[in-house]
Amino acid sequence: MVTLTHFLVVGALLFTLGLVTVATRRNAVGVLMGVELILNGANVNFVAFNHYVTGGVSGQVFALFVIVLAAAEAAVGLAIVLSIFQTFKTIDVRFADLMRE
Amino acid sequence: MENAHIEAVGHAAETIGRLAVHHVSYLWLIPLFPIVGAAINATIGWKLQRIFGKKIVHRIAVTAMLLAFGTALFAFAQMLALPAEERFLQNTLWNLLTAGRLTVDLGFSLDQLSMMMVLVITGIGSLIHVFSIGYMADEPAYWRFFSYLNLFVFAMLLLVMGDNFAMMFFGWEGVGLASYLLIAFWYTDPEKAAAGMKAFVVNRFGDFGFLAGLLLLFWGLGGGWQPRDQGLRNLDYLPKAELNATAAASTAAQADALAPRIEGVKVGPTMNFRELRDQVVVEGTGVKEGLLHKTVWGIPLLMLVGMLLFIGAMGKSAQLPLYVWLPDAMAGPTPVSALIHAATMVTAGVYMVARLSFIYALDPSAMGWVALIGALTAIFAASIGFFQYDIKKVLAYSTVSQLGFMFIGVGVGAYWAGAYHLLTHAFFKATLFLGSGSVILGCHHEQDMRKMGGLKKHMPITRITYLAACWAIAGFPWMNGFYSKDEILWKAFTSEHLALFGHPTPWLGGLIYLIGIVTATGTSFYMFRSYYMTFTGAYRGGEGHHDEHNEDPHAATATAMSATSVAVHASDGAVHADGHAHGHPAPAPAHGSHAAPAHAAASHAGHGHGHDDHAAAQDDGAHAHGGHHGGTPHESPWTITLVLSLLALGSFLTLFLGIPTAWTHRAPLLEHWLAPALAEGIAFAEKPPWMEFAFQGIGVLAGTVGWFFAMVLYKDARSTVPASLKERFAGIWTVVYDKYYVDELYAATVLKPAVWVARAFSRFDGTILDGLVNFAGAVGRSLGRFDAAIDRYLVDGAVNAFAAGTLGFGRSLRGIQTGRIQTYLYGALGGALVVVLLNFLIQ
Repeated sequence: MVTLTHFLVVGALLFTLGLVTVATRRNAVGVLMGVELILNGANVNFVAFNHYVTGGVSGQVFALFVIVLAAAEAAVGLAIVLSIFQTFKTIDVRFADLMRE
Repeated sequence: MENAHIEAVGHAAETIGRLAVHHVSYLWLIPLFPIVGAAINATIGWKLQRIFGKKIVHRIAVTAMLLAFGTALFAFAQMLALPAEERFLQNTLWNLLTAGRLTVDLGFSLDQLSMMMVLVITGIGSLIHVFSIGYMADEPAYWRFFSYLNLFVFAMLLLVMGDNFAMMFFGWEGVGLASYLLIAFWYTDPEKAAAGMKAFVVNRFGDFGFLAGLLLLFWGLGGGWQPRDQGLRNLDYLPKAELNATAAASTAAQADALAPRIEGVKVGPTMNFRELRDQVVVEGTGVKEGLLHKTVWGIPLLMLVGMLLFIGAMGKSAQLPLYVWLPDAMAGPTPVSALIHAATMVTAGVYMVARLSFIYALDPSAMGWVALIGALTAIFAASIGFFQYDIKKVLAYSTVSQLGFMFIGVGVGAYWAGAYHLLTHAFFKATLFLGSGSVILGCHHEQDMRKMGGLKKHMPITRITYLAACWAIAGFPWMNGFYSKDEILWKAFTSEHLALFGHPTPWLGGLIYLIGIVTATGTSFYMFRSYYMTFTGAYRGGEGHHDEHNEDPHAATATAMSATSVAVHASDGAVHADGHAHGHPAPAPAHGSHAAPAHAAASHAGHGHGHDDHAAAQDDGAHAHGGHHGGTPHESPWTITLVLSLLALGSFLTLFLGIPTAWTHRAPLLEHWLAPALAEGIAFAEKPPWMEFAFQGIGVLAGTVGWFFAMVLYKDARSTVPASLKERFAGIWTVVYDKYYVDELYAATVLKPAVWVARAFSRFDGTILDGLVNFAGAVGRSLGRFDAAIDRYLVDGAVNAFAAGTLGFGRSLRGIQTGRIQTYLYGALGGALVVVLLNFLIQ
């Protein structure tokens, strides 16, 4: 029997893996991928809560929105990564430290 | 003019203190004209003089005087039209000061006495202004002279017309100022400037006495705060109950309305002469008794007041021992000597005593003091006058002596006689002074009578008027001096009530008479001596120095002094040069550098002094008889001779004011005129009429004796007796000629201690006070240093430490700020973790 808790554990794992990826990857593309994992972790929660708790379709619709948002975000994020590369000639986020100034 | 209306005619009309008052509105014009004249000439006179010439300047001044004289005559006419007991013109302009019950107004009043004074001041003043036109014709600072002269007249008019002590004091100080300005008129000469200062300082001494007397009198009248209970000194002084009556009054009118009155007379502190006189004269007020019984440290108040006020008169009227400034005041231009130092200002003291006769009459000691000082001054000054050679000095000592006579008059209680002598003296002494001025002018500014002589054929008008004035002052019955002088001496002889310091001295009158008659003889002698030395014999001038007009006689001295200083400078330079020559063999340039200033001083000193426009003329005329006048004296211009004639005529005409009672069995005109203004009730001994005639005979005899000896000894300068007498009594002669060394005495007793005290103070100031100040400064400085240290190390340190800490903190914080997005993410995660953990823990 697959319960809500299983879904939540999967969501939490995804979120945590995403977070760790964002926090530790040096490659900007990897960081973006970590962000995708975090968003999908949240999606799992939306869908699971919709199915087990509330019913209806609002959770699933929200998950669709997040997928669309993630696509948009990936586009913007890759554009930023391109810009970083043009500026620093690398996509290693350790060198993108202009915000220190 | 507005209708004069009568005020305050009380029911007790017989008492003398209750004169009717006529309010008029034009009296203020009399002093206004001169001050306006003075103001115009003082401010734009120099410009006017440059544009329009000197005429405009003296026209302004003389017009002002004539207008004042005209107004005074108008007032005189109005006064004459009134009945004798109503002759009091009052013109109150505005209130100057209200303090409790005391009100002081800017008010002018004319009674008979001040009317006489005003006529003398404006009348003789006008004549002297006219005289000055000719005398000062070559003066570059013409406008300044006339401005000062008008200023003086203004101050003098304030003095005699002011209706209260405050106004009188304004005038009193004002004439002192004008006198100072005029004595030091040629201020470039240090000697003259010093004479001006001397006059001012000596007068200040007298003024101190005057002021002290006034304040004491005011205190005695109840103007002071009284202790609550007699005997016990009460620290919290409370005013007498009656003084509080008008405490609430805010205006003069209110205070006046609230003031308690007794028989219509306002009682209480006052500065108004008429009110004060009413208070003293009207018995019911009790003021007289209060004054009589009041003592200060056991000394009767009135005696002290009288003596202190007279000290003021001593200064202003040049009495012993404060007379020393008057002879020195001759440094001023001669018209000034005539106007200020003979006719008007110096009589201010006499006027003051006569004005306050109602106070003086209350205390025989005060009167005896005045009379005695007057008599001593008369004989002392006359004796100095014997051997002076400077014609103006003779007249100066004569003035001092004659003022002594006036004080004998007012001192023994013959107030009208003193005032009459003031009047006659104003005429004949003005004649003498202006005559001497004419002589000085004619002899090209020579004042030494030894260098005159024989002027009668050169200056006939001057000579006649001078002789007439000599007759007047010597006391011959065909001129006015006889009548006033004889009246004074007769009254002195018959007075028996005088006292000295509280002890009755009936013999004092006789003594004063003796002194007076001896002085009269001496007066006649030295005046005719001056006449004979000046006008008879051969002209002894013509050689010696000849200065241009208006080159003051001291210029020669100044030249000599400059020459001396040049010599000194030159030799100084030489010494320096020598010193250098010996000390350093090589430096030849040192000669040049040191000698050059000496040469510069020489060329400068030759031209640097005196009036610049005459410097050239002086250089020409210093040795030869240069100039356009040649060596012979000449008669003065018509303005001068006209004035001399008018004054001499006045010296004759005024005799009719004082025809003695013994001749006509009527009171003399002036006595009758002045009676309501002066104190009554001074008792004189009754003597048979023959005695008065006899005394008049003695008076004429005294004058004749003096005249005779002067004629024998000095006429035509033939007699050799004066010279041999001078040889024989060289010691005494020198002492008298040097004025008894009074100036030296002053130098030793007053000046030296004063200088010593000043030095001591200076040393005190230099060492102790400066030491204290320096010590305080040092303490302040070290405190400042300490404070600076605190500031630097503590305050600045704290600030710097804080700044350094902030900097370090910032530096350490800077490490956190990496700029890497992931670091911030750690922060955010950490924060979220903390929030979550706290959430768990707090629940």
